[in-house]
Amino acid sequence: MSAPTQTKPRTIVPFGPQHPVLPEPIHLDLVLEDEKVVDAIPTIGFVHRGLEKLCEKHDFHKMTQVAERVCGICSFMHGMGYCQAIETVMGIEVPARALFLRTFWAELSRVHSHLLWLGLIADAFGFESLFMHSWRVREKILDIIEETSGGRVIFGSCKIGGIRRDVADDILRRIRRELDPIETEFRDIASVFDQDPTAKRRLRGLGALSREDAHALGAVGPTARGSGIDFDARKLGYAAYPQLEFEPVVETAGDCQARCSVRIREIHQSFDLLRQAIDKMPAGAIEVPVKGNPNGEYMSRLEQPRGEVGYYVKGDGKKNLGRFRVRTPTFANIPALIHMLKGCEFADVPVIVLTIDPCISCAER
Amino acid sequence: MANWSISKLVARSAVGTPATRRYPFTRREPFAATRGHVRFAEDTCVFCNLCAKVCPTDAIVVNRKEKRWMIDRRKCILCGACTESCRKACLFLENAPAPPMTAAEWERIRIETE
Amino acid sequence: MTTVQSIEPVGPSEMPARAAAMRASGWRLMQICATAVGPDFEILYSFAKGRDLQNFRATVPREGARLPSITGPYLCAFLYENEIHDLFGVAFDGLAIDFGGSLLKTRVKNPFAANATPA
Repeated sequence: MSAPTQTKPRTIVPFGPQHPVLPEPIHLDLVLEDEKVVDAIPTIGFVHRGLEKLCEKHDFHKMTQVAERVCGICSFMHGMGYCQAIETVMGIEVPARALFLRTFWAELSRVHSHLLWLGLIADAFGFESLFMHSWRVREKILDIIEETSGGRVIFGSCKIGGIRRDVADDILRRIRRELDPIETEFRDIASVFDQDPTAKRRLRGLGALSREDAHALGAVGPTARGSGIDFDARKLGYAAYPQLEFEPVVETAGDCQARCSVRIREIHQSFDLLRQAIDKMPAGAIEVPVKGNPNGEYMSRLEQPRGEVGYYVKGDGKKNLGRFRVRTPTFANIPALIHMLKGCEFADVPVIVLTIDPCISCAER
Repeated sequence: MANWSISKLVARSAVGTPATRRYPFTRREPFAATRGHVRFAEDTCVFCNLCAKVCPTDAIVVNRKEKRWMIDRRKCILCGACTESCRKACLFLENAPAPPMTAAEWERIRIETE
Repeated sequence: MTTVQSIEPVGPSEMPARAAAMRASGWRLMQICATAVGPDFEILYSFAKGRDLQNFRATVPREGARLPSITGPYLCAFLYENEIHDLFGVAFDGLAIDFGGSLLKTRVKNPFAANATPA
């Protein structure tokens, strides 16, 4: 690739791995002409733990625990995706109540992750009190998660063949009543993101990603849906989603404001899905016994808060898997991030980096 | 007005109760289902070693000769696999967090059966 | 061996042409994954369009593994190919953005190339 003729002197400024706005370490070498970013070169690998290779040491049951610990924010869906992949390979049919409870926890996971992101983006453009208010609402969601699954960050609920522990129906009914005041409180926060002039000034028109570019660069999740691509992996029909009614949330503007809007609307959609899941929750068993070892390969796809995630498992009939591969949404969104950074102002770099919702511990495993 | 969209939240925070807790004067009660620590009831153990086998982090060691059940609480991830595998109901996942460790050592419990 | 999704075997040198054809028909690159199986590396390419997933598999021997890069039609493949290069030691010809082995710096070189347990 040849460089264009330079007219202005260029400076290279390192961004990260330590930066107040980053939840996880990523390094970008920003090539600047004056205050405009011309190019960005990413470097990852600061939290590479080689978790995929642990499948050779731990058997496929214990790998659920490893899969769940790939990331702290999206931990539940990692465990769920892994269990789904193994269950498809082994032909295990998970009972309906377990599928609904998995969906319940998955949507709670999505709400808490998006609220975390809303707090971080508010912090990125300097609105620290809005950050605190978003996380205050998130605390209530984390309390629900802890009450039903036992942990705030690592749920520990999924196992191959179903879920580990049941949630009593009266607790679910009480949670359904508690969701309404939480959603009302969230609506007040969302209105600040939509209406406040400082928020609009810092988000509108920034980090523009056209629909064609999003598709060509392989962007997934709210990053792609903010540019008009209506792909939501929940429509693939896993867990209890075939029985729930929802449509992918899509915006067309393609800028940071659109992506923020997608996530806010997805929180509202998740509250609706939670109510639907509790209303339609069937009674019955929560697990089926698992015998034998996985023999086969499968790529299971889920919709994490950050986008489409793919779990590839390959088993040879032994206790240990041959390969376990996670393709996380942030890994797919990094090329889109590099594209978005070109042409922006230097002071807008933190907001643009955060707008893809970078979960680098997922990206590097 | 758009400029004052945050005022509702600010007013609620100003006049309402604080969201924070005055720890350590008030402590948070864990939920019933919270995974706090693993408790071993030593009077029914039969040394089957299943808990040590299913533990993903090898935090449990059962020593039949010395009649001891040991757990390294630094490694225990509170997954509950040992509790589910025990056929004699010796292991329980309690909701209180384990007390802070003052030394990096294994917790040894003498098994009193037979 | 149950394979629930279709995986089409391709020759390693065919991949850039296949990728260009997929790009022209509107498929997006979902992922590239390498697996160490016996004496070979199996490189799995996954493309997605709408709800469909199509996979291709290219097999190369472990010693001196080389593959042509698909960063021509899909520039975003550079991250996957650099990762496979750093973890497995597979060389890609024509990589548009080549980190030269410094994307993932590990203490052990090519950590995923050797199996801990025999295949």
